[in-house]
Amino acid sequence: MTLSWFHKLVPSKIRTEASSKSTVPEGLWCKCPSCSAILYKAELERNLEVCPKCNHHMRINGRRRLHIFLDPENRREIGEALRPTDPLKFKDSKKYKDRLLQAQKVTGEKDALIVMHGALKNKPLVAAAFDFDFMGGSMGSVVGERFVRGVNVSLENRIPLVTFTASGGARMQESLLSLFQMAKTSAALARLADAGIPFISVMTDPTMGGVSASVAMLGDINIAEPNALIGFAGPRVIEQTVRETLPEGFQRSEFLQEHGAIDMIVDRRELRDRIACLLSMLTYVRQPAITLESVLETEPIEIETALPITLESRAHSEVE
Amino acid sequence: MDLNFLDFEQPISELEAKIEELRRVGFDNEINISEEITRLEEKSRKLTESIFSSLSAWQISQLSRHPQRLYTLDYVDLIFEDFHELHGDRGFADDPAIVGGLARLEQRPVMIIGHQKGRDTKEKIYRNFGMPRPEGYRKALRLMHLAERFHLPLLCFIDTPGAYPGIGAEERGQSEAIARNLAEMSKLKTSVICTVIGEGGSGGALAIGIGDRLLMLQYSTYSVISPEGCASILWKSADKAELAAEAMGITCERLEALGLIDEIVPEPLGGAHRDRGAAAGNLKAALIKHLDVLENELPEALIANRYQRLMQYGAYDETSLFS
Repeated sequence: MTLSWFHKLVPSKIRTEASSKSTVPEGLWCKCPSCSAILYKAELERNLEVCPKCNHHMRINGRRRLHIFLDPENRREIGEALRPTDPLKFKDSKKYKDRLLQAQKVTGEKDALIVMHGALKNKPLVAAAFDFDFMGGSMGSVVGERFVRGVNVSLENRIPLVTFTASGGARMQESLLSLFQMAKTSAALARLADAGIPFISVMTDPTMGGVSASVAMLGDINIAEPNALIGFAGPRVIEQTVRETLPEGFQRSEFLQEHGAIDMIVDRRELRDRIACLLSMLTYVRQPAITLESVLETEPIEIETALPITLESRAHSEVE
Repeated sequence: MDLNFLDFEQPISELEAKIEELRRVGFDNEINISEEITRLEEKSRKLTESIFSSLSAWQISQLSRHPQRLYTLDYVDLIFEDFHELHGDRGFADDPAIVGGLARLEQRPVMIIGHQKGRDTKEKIYRNFGMPRPEGYRKALRLMHLAERFHLPLLCFIDTPGAYPGIGAEERGQSEAIARNLAEMSKLKTSVICTVIGEGGSGGALAIGIGDRLLMLQYSTYSVISPEGCASILWKSADKAELAAEAMGITCERLEALGLIDEIVPEPLGGAHRDRGAAAGNLKAALIKHLDVLENELPEALIANRYQRLMQYGAYDETSLFS
C-alpha cells in the first residue's frame, strides 16, 4: 500500500505481465497483477476479482464464473460425466495423459469447459464458461461435446445461451479432432441462430485462436470484459511475422470495439444486470392485440385461420 | 529434368543426375548407351518406390509444401473448363490468397474456391504465401452463397499454411471471418466437397473446409497447427518439428484411421508434381465420383447428414477414465 504512489508513476507497460497468469493466490492478502496494490482477499472476492484500485479484471476459473453469473438456485451441470481421452497417444516432453491428470488435479475439473442449465434473475438459460487454468482453456473433444450439449438444451427448451470464453485456442494434443471442434460448435450455434434463440458471447481475458475463431465471435451480441486480450493470432506470432512493434492496446477489448468486432465492453460487476436486460429485450414477445378469448367471442368463424398464429406466439411467450 | 529434390530424395536425385549425364554423353558421341539408361531408370523407379513406401510424417509435410506442388489454379487448369474467376468480398478488397469462380466439370457447372500460393518470389508475395486475410474468407463466403442460390455444387481446395497473422487481418476481424464461414458452411443448401491438396493449416484451412465429403491427396497434410508451431510451443524449439509432425498425426493415413476423412486420392509415384496429368486425373475422377452421389440428394438431407458428420467429431469417454 505504501508504494502505491510509486506504482502509479510507473507506466503499466513497464511492469511485467508474467504474474497476471496467476488467479487469486492463497492467503488473506493478494497483489493486483496490474497495479500491484495489496488487496484484502475477502474484499476482492466481494468485488468479483476486479481490483478496486485500478479496475483490473483478474482471470477467474470457469466454475467461479458461473457461480457469480447464475442465480444460486436450480443449477444443473450439463455433460459433466464426459471425460477426455488420448486418441493420438500424444506425447511431447510430457504425455498428454499426464498433462490431463495434472490439470484435473490442479483445477478439480475434468476438462476446460463447464456448462450449466440455470437461471439469470429467474429466467432460465444455459451458461458455459471456459476454465483457463485447465490447459489454457484449450478446446478439445470434451469441450466441443459439452458445448454442443449445452446448445441442445437451449434448443430443446428455447432458452438463451450465454458463454464466457477464456482460451488459448484449440488443443494441440488432440490435433485435428480439436480443430474440428471449431466446426462442430459453430454448426450447433448456426442451428441456434436459425431457431431464433439468442446467444450472447462474453469474451474474457484471453480469448484467442480457434476459440475466438468459432464460438466467441458468433454471438448475436458480442461482449468483452475490459482490457481482455482477444484475437486470432497471438501477439508474438504477429510480431515475428510482420517484424514491427504492435500498436498500443492491440487486440485488447477497446481495440476490438473500435474496429467493430464487439458490441460493448461491460464491467464484470455489471454483467448480470446488462445481460438480463439484453435478454429480456431479445426474448420479448409482443402480446397479440386480439386475445384468444376475444377472438372466440366475437369472430367464431375465423378461428381456424386465427388460431394457429395466436396459439404459437402465445406458446413462445410462455416458455420459460 | 528440374525436379527440385527434397533432402530425403537425395539418392534419387543423384541417380537422376547420372541418367541425365549419360543421355548427354550418348547424344554427343552417338554411342548407344540406351540400355544402360533404361537400367538406371528402372533402378531410379525402384529406389523412388522404396523411399516413398515408408515416408515419415515430416517428409510428407515437406512434400505437401514442395515448391513444384500443384496449386489450386493448376488443378483448375487441368480438371475444369470455362473457368471464370470471381473477385472481391464487396466490402474491402480482393484477397489473392484465395481464388474462386465458376467453371465446368465435364459439362456440369460448379463453384470453385481454393487457397492459392505463388510459384516465384514475386507471385509468392502477391499471393501472401497462400495465407488469407479476412477479405479472402469473406469473398469465399460470398461465392458459397452464390453457389447455394444457383444450386451449384461447391468444390473447395485447401492449401494454406494458415490464416495470415497480421495487424490488418486482426483489425478487420480474422476470427469473425473464419467463425462465420464455419457456421454458414454447416448449413449451405448445396453439395460441398473439400479436398486438401497441399497444406491443411489450421483454422485458415478449415474456414473453407466444411462439407459433405473431405478428401485428401496422398501427400497432403491437415493439422491444428503447423509442426513448427507445435514444436515451438510444446517442445520449446521449432527444430523439433519432425517430432511434432509425427505426434500430431497430420498425414492422410493417420487421419483416415481416426475416421476424419472420406477418401485418400492417390498421387503418382514421387508426388503429384512428378506427373501433373496423372495427379489431376485422379482428383478429377474422385470429384466426379462423389458429385454423382451427392447430386441425387435433397438439400435437406445433405444438411442433415452434414450436421450429423460434424456432431460426431470428437473422442471422449462418458465413463470415468482419469478420475
